[in-house]
Amino acid sequence: MRLPRLFVSMCAESYFLLVALLCSAVLMVACSSPAREQPAGPQRATRPAGGGQVPAFAQGDDGQWLMPAKDYASTRFSTLDQINTENVKDLRLSWTFSTGVLRGQEAAPIVANNTMYVVTPFPNILYALDLTKPGSPMKWKFEPNPKAAAQGLACCDYVNRGAAFSGGRVFINTLDGQTIAVDGASGKEVWRAQLGDINKGETITMAPLVVKDKVLVGNSGGEFGVRGWLAALDAATGKLAWRAYSTGPDADVLIGQNFRPFYPQDQGKDLGVTTWPQDQWKIGGGTMWGWISYDPDLNLIFHGTANPGPWNPEQRPGDNKWTSGIFARDPDTGEAHWFYQWSPHDLHDYDGINEQILLDLPINGQTRKVLVRPERNGYVYVLDRTTGEVLSATAYGYVTSSTGVDIKTGKLNYNPEKEPKMGQNVRGICPAAPGMKDWQPSAYSPRTGLLYIPHQNLCMDEEGVEANYIAGTPYVGENVKMYAGPGGNRGVFQAWDPVAGKEIWSIKEDLPVWSGTVVTAGDVAFYGTMDGWFKAVDARPDHNGQVLWQFKCGSGIIGQPITYRGPDGKQYVAILGGVGGWPGAIVAAGLDPRDPTGALGFMNAVTDLPDKTTKGGELYVFALP
Amino acid sequence: MSSRFLKTFALSLSVLCSFMLACSRQSHDASDGAAQSAQTQSKYPRIERPVEPQMPTALSEQHTLRVCADPNNLPYSNERGEGFENKLAEMIARDLDARLEYIWWAERRGFVRNTLKAGACDLLMGLPNGSELALTTDPYYRSTYVFVYRKDRDLALDSFDDPRLREMKIGVQMIGNDFTNTPPAHALSNRNIVGNVQGYMIYGDYRAENPQAPIIEAVVGGQVETAIVWGPLAGYFAKRARVPLAVVPVSPQVDRPFLPFVYDISLGVRRGEQQFHDRLDEILERRRPDIERLLDDYGVPRVKDGG
Repeated sequence: MRLPRLFVSMCAESYFLLVALLCSAVLMVACSSPAREQPAGPQRATRPAGGGQVPAFAQGDDGQWLMPAKDYASTRFSTLDQINTENVKDLRLSWTFSTGVLRGQEAAPIVANNTMYVVTPFPNILYALDLTKPGSPMKWKFEPNPKAAAQGLACCDYVNRGAAFSGGRVFINTLDGQTIAVDGASGKEVWRAQLGDINKGETITMAPLVVKDKVLVGNSGGEFGVRGWLAALDAATGKLAWRAYSTGPDADVLIGQNFRPFYPQDQGKDLGVTTWPQDQWKIGGGTMWGWISYDPDLNLIFHGTANPGPWNPEQRPGDNKWTSGIFARDPDTGEAHWFYQWSPHDLHDYDGINEQILLDLPINGQTRKVLVRPERNGYVYVLDRTTGEVLSATAYGYVTSSTGVDIKTGKLNYNPEKEPKMGQNVRGICPAAPGMKDWQPSAYSPRTGLLYIPHQNLCMDEEGVEANYIAGTPYVGENVKMYAGPGGNRGVFQAWDPVAGKEIWSIKEDLPVWSGTVVTAGDVAFYGTMDGWFKAVDARPDHNGQVLWQFKCGSGIIGQPITYRGPDGKQYVAILGGVGGWPGAIVAAGLDPRDPTGALGFMNAVTDLPDKTTKGGELYVFALP
Repeated sequence: MSSRFLKTFALSLSVLCSFMLACSRQSHDASDGAAQSAQTQSKYPRIERPVEPQMPTALSEQHTLRVCADPNNLPYSNERGEGFENKLAEMIARDLDARLEYIWWAERRGFVRNTLKAGACDLLMGLPNGSELALTTDPYYRSTYVFVYRKDRDLALDSFDDPRLREMKIGVQMIGNDFTNTPPAHALSNRNIVGNVQGYMIYGDYRAENPQAPIIEAVVGGQVETAIVWGPLAGYFAKRARVPLAVVPVSPQVDRPFLPFVYDISLGVRRGEQQFHDRLDEILERRRPDIERLLDDYGVPRVKDGG
């Protein structure tokens, strides 16, 4: 149901004003100029009738950027509006900084106390750059010296998705499984905790999130038979507070008496054991290398779980809980409150670890506290975040691997024709293994009511068998080849109405859009392409995603853009360039483009990438003249 | 076993491999062609025995044979030089009159890319013959996946089609993502043998000595009744087990259409280094009796003919 436009925008403004006055206690940052927080941009956004809102706890903006997702609701929305649809065309390079590491740069720069913090891919160097001085020179650099063996033992490209700032400290994760607290002023190590065991294939690539007095961290390494977990460390000391596994007995998963999943298929004792054959849950995957959101009102965190492994689907009959799903947990104890499974008994490597945007949306005449998830399996889900009920699930691209989500039962309806079978040819599986969207986070603007989703348009064939060799042992695997989906473009930047469940506009990109995005109160959204174009587009619903400005960076972009207010009062936009990650490994790791099944089949979809970009590791910061 | 004999096997396996890989590897032929023309234009003379060692420039300058190997992966190699690949590397270095130097790197995904292809070393001691990843020599052994079980159980198990496999607790090794697994894991799932199968990650715990040993220890300890593993692993640890173990080649040798259990293993050099490759072939042939003894010492089960 649609609300009258006038009513919605009045509500929106008074809401914003109220919150701006109250400031944000949650973020524990001072609101320096509340008047700036009003959404009165130079032009009024044309609101779709959907009229969703960012929850009060995530409003208020001091112009800093303390966590990759910007706020606990993971909106990646900035109220800064100096740069707008009119003047963005004048955006200029302000300064740059070389990270010195030529690997996929997926991190978001962090801005706090007039300092920018940048963490690199392995060896995970943390730089502090002084924003108060011309050219933002280096204040200090912190080298955690992760074990070099991590490179040989880690699965993929050696990415890092960013740091987090809280209480004067910068928290980073290292590829070899450590979480480290560094003093934000001095660059001195405060503590370090070894969470993952690299010897078992456990690595950490995700960005930590600080919630209250805890640092939340999850592991990577499902390919190595790692058992997934999310852990909470005491932010003051680094001491482990709790660890919740994604498989195994309820006690390990931190499922107790407060666990009330919405659907019957998720109710029962020790499902993390009984939905697997014998002891397979012990090497069952379900890692947590993606994003966490937090609702302080409900005192719940929300996080996904990655795909099950390492068995072929037919070798692990059952729903394989609690993989490829999402948990709501109490951040103090880790206790699970609800769970929903995006892809029960995952068939296609659809990890469930993407971002979840917490919004208050009008659904059927009521404002519901929801969680919006553009999921790897191809659907944008809207869940009631208090219960885990699916309110809607709409395909946001071309999907053949399933036929839809049954809203009544919450179940994904797989398409049996696209079920992979070892040694049999199955063609046209869409989305491909990286999903409709992988880790690259979207952004939501309360001004337009739209979600901005960077994603792929890839399908895959699984045909024949490929022989291979590891650790002295010959083995075989499905021969996976990925390629562009319908339309021939491999990437999409899409504006999506989460209430109506429909696309408002989209931009076709030749290469997969593997960068994150940010949207501002100036109604500009920023993202980057894998051939190095950093773009500003008109975020408004009725401007069809017009590209307003673009800048060619030295290497392809797979990072997360941010925007902040500098000490001089000017609005800046920052992005790390440097191609890599899963699709960019062909360049960053120098894979052989003649092997179409390289990078787990991604290679076939990006054989042209080495002709379009080269390795890089450079920070670019832009401002108006 | 004559070199020609092995070459015939290599060829037959190559045919099988080409068939398996045909759909995705069209460009491979092009790269082979490039290697071929590089060979014919090579500045090195064609080797006729006996000759002085002819090595790539880098090698002849340094008189060093640089081998990339896993520092903790017995029976193949470890940093104390205790694996059969270590012993073979020593043998080859001696014949090349070169100093042997190891570059250690865990043999995981990206191993060849980060070692041989990155120029960190010049020789890999084990790769399936005809592998895409490198130029492979004539195979120096052909082994098979095997059943391993305690002799006191008297199972007489040798076939994937033995009905007892539906009941028995079976251990297999796991590799990684979906549809990438050891051949016995696929063979069992093809036969819908699922609930009684226990997986052991091939990577194991890298901090532990011999990360791949636990699956054999599980047979000894009775946690599984049989394990189905790659021959060299089984043969080596079975020889050292505290109870007698049976090591029995699996049958069939191939599950149709695409699932072989028998593989030829070669040395690997960088593509284009044909001269070095030929020199190694020559050493492998001349050292055949020594290599056979070495493999016997390590209990490597070999398949002697096409079966």
